[in-house]
Amino acid sequence: MWKNSETAYGLVTKAIHWLTVVMVFGLFAVGFWMVDLTYYSPWYKTAPHWHKSVGIILLIITSLRLLWRWVNVSPLPISSHSNSVKKASKIAHLVIYVLLFVLMISGYLISTADDRAIDVFNWFSIPALGELFDKQADISGFIHQYVAYILVALSILHGAAAVKHHVIDKDETLKRMIR
Amino acid sequence: MKKLFIATALLSTSLLTPLYAADYIIDTKGAHASINFNTKHMGFSVLTGRFNTFNGSFSYDEANIAASKIKVTIDTTSIDSNHAERDKHLRSDDFLSAGKFGTATFTSTTVEDKGNGKLAIKGDFTLHGITKSIVIDAIKIGEGSDPWGGYRLGFSGTTQIAMGDFGFKMDFGKVNLNLYIEGIRQ
Repeated sequence: MWKNSETAYGLVTKAIHWLTVVMVFGLFAVGFWMVDLTYYSPWYKTAPHWHKSVGIILLIITSLRLLWRWVNVSPLPISSHSNSVKKASKIAHLVIYVLLFVLMISGYLISTADDRAIDVFNWFSIPALGELFDKQADISGFIHQYVAYILVALSILHGAAAVKHHVIDKDETLKRMIR
Repeated sequence: MKKLFIATALLSTSLLTPLYAADYIIDTKGAHASINFNTKHMGFSVLTGRFNTFNGSFSYDEANIAASKIKVTIDTTSIDSNHAERDKHLRSDDFLSAGKFGTATFTSTTVEDKGNGKLAIKGDFTLHGITKSIVIDAIKIGEGSDPWGGYRLGFSGTTQIAMGDFGFKMDFGKVNLNLYIEGIRQ
């Protein structure tokens, strides 16, 4: 039940998947909105603080997710899927993982370029590694912004593909992640 | 003997105070110069920062101060307020648009001798693609030979600009600029 089997996702995998969905879209919305806040907005300091806090928690969750995936079996692809669909979904999943890490690491690098730690909800803090390369805050900021757009676009495509399998192909793809 | 003679001759020349207009290069290599700014933080306190990269030169003639000239070029991407996130914001389109306007320049037009080592340096300041005439109130600090065979002359200068005059999207009012310029005679 908790663990994955060859035919079904376990509770842990499903919980992390849907939590990630909420966090990624939440972070994207807040991030998109907060960069245009005026200096005198009451959210000017709070929104970035929460954005960074949630982002660090997502980084921890995603790292644990990979660990869980590694120690666990992964459900086999659905047999009715064509080889190209199997291949495409495998690549898409891999790219989503890569983009998630690039996004979170670039975010970390923006805030820590001057050796300042990141406070996670005044609960604990993640130490900085300092300036690892020249123009770190600017380059990381650029990557963070555009990778976020790509990840959100790919996530929507990923969701749309699942809905397409459910509605048009009438297979188990979406149900496996919900039930 | 000949070598000693040349060395003595060179040394004694460098010890002489110039009686003519001399050209100086601002010692940014040895970082004996700085361009600092400060502005009020919401009326609570004062925020300070500086531009780490700039270069410039000036000419100065004690006997004819009005003929003095100075030109300084500032790399706006080198802004440093000791906070990476804020510096990133200051470089963005809300303030400096440093990607588009990577340099700011000051070129003097007239220099007025105010006496007692004080000067009023009027010139064109280009920042954020906008050129305005500003006046830098400068004070000569000192001049003389350094221990390494060079000749140095230094000034401090202050001026004030308004963010609104230079078309910043975010306008927090006035910014004070403080400069310390040490030149090595060429």
